[in-house]
Amino acid sequence: MTGRRPFWLFTALAFGYSFLYLPIITLIVYSFNDSRLVTVWGGFSTRWYAELFRNEQILSALWLSVRIAAMTATLAVILGTLAALTLVRFTHFRTRMLFAGMVAAPLVMPEVILGLSGLLMFVTLEQAIGWPPGRGMTTITIAHVTFTSAFVAVIVQSRLSQLDVSLEEAAMDLGARPWKVFFVIILPIISPALIAGWLLGFTLSMDDLVIASFVSGPGATTLPMVVYSSVRLGVSPQVNALATLIVVVVATGVIIAGWLLHRQTRRRDR
Amino acid sequence: MNAGPAPPETAGASSLRRRFDRGVKSLTQGRLGRAAVIALPYAWLLLFLLLPILIVLKISFAEIALASPPYTPMLQWAEERTLALQVHLGNYAYLWQDPLYLGAYLNSLKVAAVSTILCLLIGYPMAYGIARAPAGWRIVLLMLVILPFWTSFLIRVYAWIGLLQGNGLINHLLLSIGLIDQPLVLLHSNFAVYLGIVYSYLPFMILPLYATLVRMDLTLLEAAADLGCPPWKAFLTVTLPLSMPGVIAGSLLVFIPAVGEFVIPDLLGGPDSLMIGKVLWTEFFSNRDWPVAAAVAIAMLAVILIPLLLFQRIGERETTGDRR
Repeated sequence: MTGRRPFWLFTALAFGYSFLYLPIITLIVYSFNDSRLVTVWGGFSTRWYAELFRNEQILSALWLSVRIAAMTATLAVILGTLAALTLVRFTHFRTRMLFAGMVAAPLVMPEVILGLSGLLMFVTLEQAIGWPPGRGMTTITIAHVTFTSAFVAVIVQSRLSQLDVSLEEAAMDLGARPWKVFFVIILPIISPALIAGWLLGFTLSMDDLVIASFVSGPGATTLPMVVYSSVRLGVSPQVNALATLIVVVVATGVIIAGWLLHRQTRRRDR
Repeated sequence: MNAGPAPPETAGASSLRRRFDRGVKSLTQGRLGRAAVIALPYAWLLLFLLLPILIVLKISFAEIALASPPYTPMLQWAEERTLALQVHLGNYAYLWQDPLYLGAYLNSLKVAAVSTILCLLIGYPMAYGIARAPAGWRIVLLMLVILPFWTSFLIRVYAWIGLLQGNGLINHLLLSIGLIDQPLVLLHSNFAVYLGIVYSYLPFMILPLYATLVRMDLTLLEAAADLGCPPWKAFLTVTLPLSMPGVIAGSLLVFIPAVGEFVIPDLLGGPDSLMIGKVLWTEFFSNRDWPVAAAVAIAMLAVILIPLLLFQRIGERETTGDRR
């Protein structure tokens, strides 16, 4: 079947990939444009990168976003893994349907609802028990953990359900306690899923505009919030430069991940 | 694994130790460990996911008030120390009567449905092409689909502003080859919203489609061909029905977030492309009407609940099918 691939399939792929990549490529090309206008090529220049690195507002927003994303990803991996373990291992307990529904809900809930409900909850909590005091980094992190842990749970769950149960049973038979089985056997096997989940959690948190806008307070402006307010005013070459840097970082990461995956499958085939 | 050689202990001590171990094991296996594993995510989700939705539901029955927070409380100490329950249905009546909201809901559903179909039309051939590509190429092609998804969503939407605006690249190109005399209005239109949604959510359509197509048994197609079935008929009667789980999963992954989309209609859409996510945002941030925003959210949840439940059922069927 692979021998005779019809011409139209090739056309569909070429069309699809150019659709996906042409906008990104134009962004990158115009980040090196000396002119502020999109249509005028004013010659090659890196001045927008220099301006970007001098932009205090963007840099401090970036630093805030990185801290929130790292914290979010770490907590989401812990919560998501526990949720996945619960769903895969404990198939019978009361209110399991409620739990499974709650784990999956953030995957399909519009961001505006997650954001609004998070904010209203924080306001109510502050009124009732005085915590959290005001809104900012903590509230953004909590809201981000809630929706990213669902994605981690899906990734870990699919890895856990492929796991060979006889390994665990053998360890249990040899007298290992459940927590030891978890740390010595399960954890190393699912570690690729944990890494993937952490990276996904980090990316989703870095990328989120809507939820952060709702649950943020004065003084806590994340990178997407800064980008959004400057993009609303029109095309900004500094945002192009920022986009190029993001694409470079992500592409490097994806290429490394792909190479590792490729090496792993080749080793397994051998 | 503590099954190594027994330490030099007296027989009594080691049997005691073993009994203790067994006690701990049964404890952790049975109740305590299990409860500990379940408790943390359960408590978190109850507190930060379910409770917030209930609070939204509560506030949707409140009235806007000049207070902090800006709504009337549900339970109030009325005169003579009786607790008065205030349930105000006005917000929902308002949503139903004002043509703006109903129009925004219907427009959101229409935009999401059309975008889903467009994603399917573009995504299916791509997923098919990737699944039938040589094995070594597949991972590269898949990575290329996933890569834009990992870059910033906001920036991918922003990329289209530069392309679509009046003095943008597309107009510039069309003008210079003489196809048009004056710039087309591409940005701030329904067309731009469709384009933005299809562009942003295409990976969500391709990935589940690929997953079902790559698992398909190709000998079925050979059998069909041997029995004289033309390729197009084999596609319609064999490949398409077998890939239906992927079609449904991909469609829901595009449709549901597209209904509540805010960034795309806000940045690319015009005044006539009103979508419910943007209405909620405006009610909350510009009008500061928290109760109406809450009612909009609850109504939106009701609208997406039907595909949501469908998704849940398909998910359950798939996991039970996998477990066999």
